[in-house]
Amino acid sequence: MEVEQTALPGIGLRHDFTTRRGQRVGVVSHRTGRRDLVIYDKDDPDAVCHTVKLNDEEADALAELLGAPRIVQRLNQLHQQVAGLVSVQLPIPAGSPYVGRPMGDARVRTRTSASIVAVVRAGQVFASPGPEFVFDAGDVVVVVGSEDSTAEVAGILAEG
Amino acid sequence: MHHTAVIFLEFGAVVLGLGVLGAFALRVGISPIPLYLIAGLAFGTGGVLPLATSEEFISVGAELGVVLLLLTLGLEYNADELVTSLTGNARAGIVDLVLNAAPGAIIALLLGWGPVAAVAMAGVTYATSSGITAKVLSDLGWIGNRETPTVLSLLVFEDLTMAIYLPVLTTMLAGLSLVSGAISVGIALATVSVVLVLALKFGRFIEAFVRSPNSEVLLLKVVGLALLVAGLAQQLQVSAAVGAFLVGIALSGQLAEDARALLAPLRDLFAAVFFVFFGLQTDPAKILPVAGLAALLALVSMITKLLTGAYAAKRAGIAKAGRARAGIALIPRGEFNIVIAGLAVGAGVHPDLGALAAAYVLILAAFGPLAAKLVQPFITAIAKRA
Repeated sequence: MEVEQTALPGIGLRHDFTTRRGQRVGVVSHRTGRRDLVIYDKDDPDAVCHTVKLNDEEADALAELLGAPRIVQRLNQLHQQVAGLVSVQLPIPAGSPYVGRPMGDARVRTRTSASIVAVVRAGQVFASPGPEFVFDAGDVVVVVGSEDSTAEVAGILAEG
Repeated sequence: MHHTAVIFLEFGAVVLGLGVLGAFALRVGISPIPLYLIAGLAFGTGGVLPLATSEEFISVGAELGVVLLLLTLGLEYNADELVTSLTGNARAGIVDLVLNAAPGAIIALLLGWGPVAAVAMAGVTYATSSGITAKVLSDLGWIGNRETPTVLSLLVFEDLTMAIYLPVLTTMLAGLSLVSGAISVGIALATVSVVLVLALKFGRFIEAFVRSPNSEVLLLKVVGLALLVAGLAQQLQVSAAVGAFLVGIALSGQLAEDARALLAPLRDLFAAVFFVFFGLQTDPAKILPVAGLAALLALVSMITKLLTGAYAAKRAGIAKAGRARAGIALIPRGEFNIVIAGLAVGAGVHPDLGALAAAYVLILAAFGPLAAKLVQPFITAIAKRA
C-alpha cells in the first residue's frame, strides 16, 4: 500500500491511498488543526464525494478507534510467532472485586507470572498500564503469558 | 456639526451598512466584495447618498486596507511553497499569465487607452482572487480533490508574478520617460529580488524578532513592520502593496498562522473600506456605458481561465471532469484586481478604466462562485458518462 502525500499551498497537506477494494480515501490536514476525512468518488476518481470535517478531539477519537483493534491484532500475531506464548483479552465483569481498584491490588504478575500489557476502555487503548491504573467494569484486559497462567488471570479478575 | 462628529456619523453608517450587506452575502452564499463595491458607488460622487466630509478619512482607511490585504496574502504562503510552485508549475503559470493578461491588454489597446492602461488592464484580468477561490473550494468540498493542488499552485504563481508586476506597473504609472522609467523599473525589481532573497535566506531572523507569546505584542510588531516596509517601498516607487506583501512572505510557519488569525478581523474591516473607497472614486453614471464591454471582457476571461485550468490539470494527469473544475475554480476575480485598478485610477490613467474594472470585478466576483455551484451537477454527469 502506498500513501501519497501532496502539499496544498496555503491550506496544508493531503495524504491519500487506495484500498485493496479500489476505494480511494484521504485525509486533508489543515494548518489550523482541522482534519478532513475525504472519500473519493468511484465514477470520478479526482473528486471527493464525501468530506467529514473533524476537529482535534474528533480526529483523535477516530484515530484511536481505528488504531485500537490493530494493537490487539498485532499481539495475536505475536503469540502465533512465539510457541507457548498466548495473549488473551479478558473483560472485567461488573461483579469483579477489582472494579474501582488499582491494578496493583490484583498482584497478577506475582501470582501467575503472566503480564497485563494493555487495557482497552471504550475503544481507547492504555498500553503498559502501571500498578496504579484503576479498573472499571467493562474494561478489556490484554494479558500475555502461558496458556495456564492466562487462565489463572481470568479467574483472578472474575473472582479475586 | 463638529467635524469629528460628522466623520464618525458617516463612517459609522458606512461600516454598519457593510455589515448588513455582508450578512446578506453570507445568506445568499456569494462573496461580499461586489456588494461593498456597489455600496461605494452609492456613497460616491454622483451616487444616491454622497458622503460629505469623511472621504479623506476613508481614503486613509483604504490605503491601510491594501497594506493589510497584501500582508495577509503574503502570509498565506511560505517561501518554500513559492519556490516549489516556481520550479514545478512554471509552464502552467506562464500559460495562465499569457492567456489571462491578454484580454485586458487587448481591450485597452483596442479602445485606444494607450500602453500604460493596457498593462494595468492586463493585471485586472489576469489575477484570480485567491480569497474567493479558497472559499469556493471549501464550500463545494473540493479541497481534497486531486486537481486542487494544481489550482492552488497556480494561485501561488500568480502571487509571485504580482510581486514583480506591481512595481513595474507603479513605475509606469508614475509616467516617467522611457530611460528613467527603465531605470526605476530596474531599481524596483532589484529591490523586490533583494527582499525576496532576504526573506528566503534570513526569514528566521525576522521571525525571531517578531515572535512573541503575547498576541498583542505580535500584532503590533507585524503591523508596524508591514507599514514601515510599505512606506519604504512606496518611497522607492515599488508600491506600498508590494512592500507589505514581501513582509508577509518573509514570515512563515506557526508565526504566520498566528499572525494571520490576529490580522483577519483588522484586514476584514479595512479591506471592506478599501472596496468602498474604490466604489466612491467611480462615478456610477459611467458604469452603464461600459457594462456591455465589461460583460464581454468577463465572458472572454472566463473562457481563458477555463482553458488555463484545463491545461494545468491535464498536465497533472487529471481526468475531464477535474479539468473543468480546475478552470471554474480559477474564474473569480476580486481583491488583487481592484488593488491594481485602484493604482491605475489613482494615477489618472484613463477616466473610464475605474468604471470598467469595477463592473468587471462586480460580475466575476459575484458570478464566479455561483458558476461553480451551478455547474457542479453537470460535471458530475460528465464523470458518470466517462
